[in-house]
Amino acid sequence: MNNKTTKRALVATLAAAGVLATAACSSTPASSGSAGADTTADWTKKGPITYAQGKDTSGNLKAEIDEWNAANPDQKVTLIELSDSADQQRDAMVQRATAKSGEFSVISMDVVWTAEFAANQWVQELPTDKFPMTGMLPSAVDGVTYFNKVYGYPSTSDGALLYFRKDLLDAKGLKAPTTWAEMKTVCDAIVPEHPGMSCYAGQFQKYEGLTVNVAEAINSAGGEVLTKDGKPAVNTPAALSGVQWLVDGFKDGMIPKEAITFKEEESRQAFQDGKLLFLRNWPYVYQLAQKTDGSSQVAGKFAVAPLPGKDGPGVSTLGGHNMAISKFADNKGTAMEFIKWMNTQDNQKRRLKTSSQAPTVQSLYSDSSLQTEFPYLKDLGDSIATAKPRPKAVKYADVTLAVQDATYATLQGQKTPQVAFDELQTKLTDLVK
Amino acid sequence: MLVIALVVGFPILFSVRESLFASSSGVDPTTGVLQSGEHFAGLSNFTDIFSNPTLVVGVWGSMDRLVNAFINTTFFTVVCVVAETIIGVAMAVIMSKAFRGRGLVRAAILVPWAIPTIVSAKMWALIFDANGVANKLLGQNILWLADNSYSQWAVIVADVWKTAPFIGLLTLAGLQTIPDEVYEAARVDGASGWQQFTRITLPLVQPALVVAVLFRTLDTMRMFDLPFGMIGPGKYSVETLSMFAYFENNALRYGPAAAYSIVLFLYIVLVAFLFVKLLGADVVGDPEAKAMAEARKRRKVAARQAKAEGRPVPKPVRSTITSGDSPS
Repeated sequence: MNNKTTKRALVATLAAAGVLATAACSSTPASSGSAGADTTADWTKKGPITYAQGKDTSGNLKAEIDEWNAANPDQKVTLIELSDSADQQRDAMVQRATAKSGEFSVISMDVVWTAEFAANQWVQELPTDKFPMTGMLPSAVDGVTYFNKVYGYPSTSDGALLYFRKDLLDAKGLKAPTTWAEMKTVCDAIVPEHPGMSCYAGQFQKYEGLTVNVAEAINSAGGEVLTKDGKPAVNTPAALSGVQWLVDGFKDGMIPKEAITFKEEESRQAFQDGKLLFLRNWPYVYQLAQKTDGSSQVAGKFAVAPLPGKDGPGVSTLGGHNMAISKFADNKGTAMEFIKWMNTQDNQKRRLKTSSQAPTVQSLYSDSSLQTEFPYLKDLGDSIATAKPRPKAVKYADVTLAVQDATYATLQGQKTPQVAFDELQTKLTDLVK
Repeated sequence: MLVIALVVGFPILFSVRESLFASSSGVDPTTGVLQSGEHFAGLSNFTDIFSNPTLVVGVWGSMDRLVNAFINTTFFTVVCVVAETIIGVAMAVIMSKAFRGRGLVRAAILVPWAIPTIVSAKMWALIFDANGVANKLLGQNILWLADNSYSQWAVIVADVWKTAPFIGLLTLAGLQTIPDEVYEAARVDGASGWQQFTRITLPLVQPALVVAVLFRTLDTMRMFDLPFGMIGPGKYSVETLSMFAYFENNALRYGPAAAYSIVLFLYIVLVAFLFVKLLGADVVGDPEAKAMAEARKRRKVAARQAKAEGRPVPKPVRSTITSGDSPS
């Protein structure tokens, strides 16, 4: 009897404690980020910090951090590995930030999160005198800039490449195309002789990759998704002609029908199986498609080039991750030194060699020994040099879904480009206001 | 009771409160800094469905995103649960028969149920890939993983595959309580197999089956991981209420997210209520309470009859209800 009462009291206390804890966690701040831009940070404070990024697939990051820790035993960096899904990484970071927690001192920030993180003042503005960015790729620096202020330090970059079947083009004495019209001519000459082969594919499943691909089509046709002053311009004639190119591609079979379900991996598989003459994809494909263990039928038979465009070279969408410092972090002095050390020319070169991550230091792209080791490096440098970031919108999740809605409906033939992108223009105007 | 109030009541009240707020935000035109705060919005998160709809195009035509999610949820629930019940009962009947390797069949039938949903979502995504097994078997070139009515059927197939064993298992438990003598008697009376099934098996297994179906219905109404993992977020042909609430929450719009969760919550409560009322799902399973309710009903009927016939209302007879299996 007595025992039962004690038990009940214990359960009740635990439950009450649980509720209090829940209440403490879930009470969202009434107004966050309403204070003006705050650039004051103590850049002299040193001490242990943490670094949060997505799952380290290279397996090399730990060694790098150990090297820093050995040299700076009083300023230890603890690595926090997050999920390998970008959405879940963002979730983890947003949770810490909305709770004003400095648990993640330094974060690896996807280039498309810059606007949201900066506008919410979750990440520290980086003063340019303390974070010199000379020698960095201008497009990468642009990717971390929001309203003329810098919120991250360029770490890795990424740009699209056009993979093509060099063996088939060489046999006809053809060169890699630089315009869409040239690409069509090449396809007309080669594809009919190879049953089961299609001309071109990118990533057209309804996900982030679709935004990337349609932005490339729009930019490559001379249009813009958002203009320099942040106004949407998706229903201009130039933008529409880019979209029309994709629509026509699906209609006349230049792009295979199943490409509407392609993400990066599905499209890589199709290229490796010899089903595509041209493929738009990221640099990671190069090493995988070059494998001679039987997984790729095109090893040694392909090469890369920058993307083609409507009337000249195309424009890639900028990818990559940058390092940012949490507004709520302690020991920002150490965070600053760590970020700069991680992204020195030597360390970026090492990361390129060990895990093929595209550097943000410009000179590495013209390094001749690296170019022999990575035959795609020069083309990648050209691609990134002219690459454009995706819309810098605070409500990026809504913007990208709106773009995907319009594009997917158009590609599936449910709406004409004019109708869908007029609607998109209205939606975006509302979203970026 | 206090524990339940704290553990169940408090979170519900908190989300109800949250659902009445909206975050207002605007970007400072010179610094780009977000000016944001939450303000009391009354019922506008709910009324926006009618006054300020966000039109999306799913399988059901152009309509508000919440309405579309609502219809999807209902459609999945009805189709999946009906299919699962039929297949599940069939599985149970087979499993209850004595044959060689019965243990193996029972274990095998449960495998889909044991696989984590997100794993089966990814697995079925491979099967329904443009170059996947499904298209090879059908000799078709259907794009299941795009955003169309085929995607819905892909989700339904995966869900039925995964959860029919659940109904099967619960029904099997019910089947095993039916004594063999009943069937023997039926056979002696010359009842056919179908007659035995409809006149004996179904009525006797009904209590177990109704609970299984109720659980599956409530579970399917909350469906999230299968369409999310298999077809992907932002696909309006398969977007359920849970997925939509998750999206809003992810976009930091906690007010609407809470409001949509409450819509789903009320919908589930309503369905559960109807189940209990109409089908007599005996979820609580307390014979004492049941007996008391029946006694009350009897008294009421007696009183009404008495009144109609002009007799004095009989005094209720207080009786101690004894029930063997209720805890003392």
